[in-house]
Parts: sequence; C-alpha cells; structure tokens
Amino acid sequence: MSELELFGVAVTLLTLFAGFGVLIGLLFGFFGMGGSFLVTPALMVMGYDTDIAVASGLAFVFGTSVIATLKHRDLGQVDYKLGVLMIAGTTAGIEVGKFGLHWLQSIGQADLVVSIAYVGLLGGIGAFITYTAVRGGGGGIDHEVAEDADLDDDDIPDIAKKIQSYRVPPMMSLKGGITVSLWMILAVAFATGLLSGLLGVGGGFIRMPALFYLVGVPVPVAVGTDLFEIVFSGGIGSFLYAMDGAVNLAIVVPLLAGSAFGARLGAAATALVEEDEIKVYFGVMLLLGALAVAIRKVGGAIEMPVLDVVALVIIVGAATLVSGAVVVSSVRELRTDASSTPQTAD
Amino acid sequence: MFGTEIASGPVEAAVIIGVVLVEALVLYAGYGVLEALAGPTLRRALGGE
Repeated sequence: MSELELFGVAVTLLTLFAGFGVLIGLLFGFFGMGGSFLVTPALMVMGYDTDIAVASGLAFVFGTSVIATLKHRDLGQVDYKLGVLMIAGTTAGIEVGKFGLHWLQSIGQADLVVSIAYVGLLGGIGAFITYTAVRGGGGGIDHEVAEDADLDDDDIPDIAKKIQSYRVPPMMSLKGGITVSLWMILAVAFATGLLSGLLGVGGGFIRMPALFYLVGVPVPVAVGTDLFEIVFSGGIGSFLYAMDGAVNLAIVVPLLAGSAFGARLGAAATALVEEDEIKVYFGVMLLLGALAVAIRKVGGAIEMPVLDVVALVIIVGAATLVSGAVVVSSVRELRTDASSTPQTAD
Repeated sequence: MFGTEIASGPVEAAVIIGVVLVEALVLYAGYGVLEALAGPTLRRALGGE
C-alpha cells in the first residue's frame, strides 16, 4: 500500500514534524530557548545529513522566534532597547569567541575543551537555577510586567543588584522599572557572546539567565528580549546556510506550522505560571540537556551510535515532561483564578 | 519539496528565508484570529467554569 503524500512528502512524516513542532514551540515560547537544541539532534538521528539538520534547525528557530517574539510583544515582554544593545554586545563577543575556538583548534584541544565546557556550563546553569528557585520557594514575583511596574527589591538577584549599583553614565531605564549602566549591559552581552562563539551554540540558554541574574530584568522580559535577539541571529545564520542550499523546506514548513501553535501556548503560559516554577522547569531542562549532550559526546568518542539515540530519547523525554508540566501548571493557575475571581459578563 | 531546497546563492537564500518569514507571519496572524475566536471558550473550559 503506497503512503499518502503531500508535496512529495509522506503525510505521516509531515504530521510527525508538526507534532514535534508543537512541543518545541511550547518550550521556545515559554523559555526563549530550546529550538535547535532539540531539532538538530532529532534530524540527525532520523538520518538527515549534519549540514541539512543544522541549517533546517536554524531556519526553523528563526521562524519560531519571529512568532514567539510577536506574541511576547503583545504581552509587553520585549525590551527593544535592551535587545539592540544585547545584539551589539553579543555580536562582538561571538567574533572574539571564534578566535578562541580557532586557537583551541590549532593546538588540537577544541573538541575536548568545548565538550567539557558545554556540558559543564549547561549543567552548572541548570543546577544553579534549580537550586536558587527551590531555595527561594513560595512567593515569586508577579508576571504582569507593566511599563511602569517596579520590581520588589527582594526579587532582584544579588549579582544584578551589584551590577546595577555601578552607575557609569549613560544609564538606561529598562522594562520592570530597573536602571542599569549601558556599559554593564554591553559587558554582560559581550561575555555571553564570547561563550556562545567559543562553544559554537546559539546561546539562548546563556543569555536568558544572564539577562535575569546579571542585568536584573524580570524573567518574562528576559525571555521576550532573548527571543527578539534570536530573530536576528537565527535569520542571519539560516541565510548563510541557505546560500549553500542546506535549508530543507520540507522539514521547516511543517515544523513551523506546529510550533506556531505551541509558541502561542508557551508565551501565554509565562503570564500564568509563577516565576519560581518557570525557573525550576528551565533548570531541570538544562540539567537533562547536559546529561544528553554528555552521553552523545561519549557515544561519539567510543563510536557507539546507539548512545545518540539514548541522548535523543532523554532530550525528547525531558522536553515532553517539562512542556507537560507547563501545561498542567497553566491549567491549575487558570482554575485557581477562576475560583478566586468573581464572575463577570464578558 | 517546493523545489527550493536544492537552490543556492544569495537570491535563492533570500527567497527561502522570505518563505519562512512569510509563513511565520501568516501563522502568527492565523492562530491569532483562532485564539481570539476560541481562546475565551477554551480558557473557561480549562478553568473549569
């Protein structure tokens, strides 16, 4: 029996991509990261060439970030001024980071150092976020991020308070009512770009926590602003890959159709779920991601391709688990709101 | 699919990125209309009202 096809692609494969897209979109809309982290290894395990997997993953991330940024903009969670400064600082940082990577390659240590640094950073950030969110317990700040809303002093991390205390002019007013020196923002952006260039990764998992823990903007604004930056980095990156003909629209189009739906759910969920909960989910995702990357690296070193599949199962399993937790928490919040708010006619 | 994935060069690359961008904008607008129409009902249903 021949399989049903649409535009020359099996309908089951299109459905699989669209379903996978919903899952990724939800995480991307909620955390501002996770696109290429999930798509590229999945495509490689499915048998696509590395360049096609990387390029199509990046083009997909670009499309999803456009949708997720627009949604976060609707919720007032994108700080464009901060976004533009971050783009400038990270671009410079990435260029310097690439020099570091080339130097490591010239002494033949790049693979080892990058692998250990990537797993260490992913796991370290994950453990730190989970620890601080769990220790912080209860409370959590309000997600309604109005233009003039001031953050409670207790909600700003200590490192961010220290960074905000360096009042080197010009000072910038950011969403959430915080004021930070332009130079501090550029320094944070440069440092995250440096790591991103050195590790050869998109850097959403570095930038989003950096915006919260170092600059001190509220988590939803950190997510929205990070996504805004990914629109540019993803767009330029996928354009460069597309020049080599590596972007496969048969992968990107259905994935994007699914993720557009998921991204709306994810972005809407950031306005419902408590901030500490967001941080715990994000931390757990990174920890499991670190484990999966470590397994894949070991698999590559000892030439056991089966470990690639194990790593993929962990990544997809973690993504399913965490996105399920986001949906459950959102529904719980809706139910709590419904039972505590007096009924009014719409 | 669509015969564009094997293309290369700046013009073809711009077309591919343009296709992704247009799809993203159409999906954003389309799901936005859907959300406006079905969102409140879904919200009430999920909220157990």
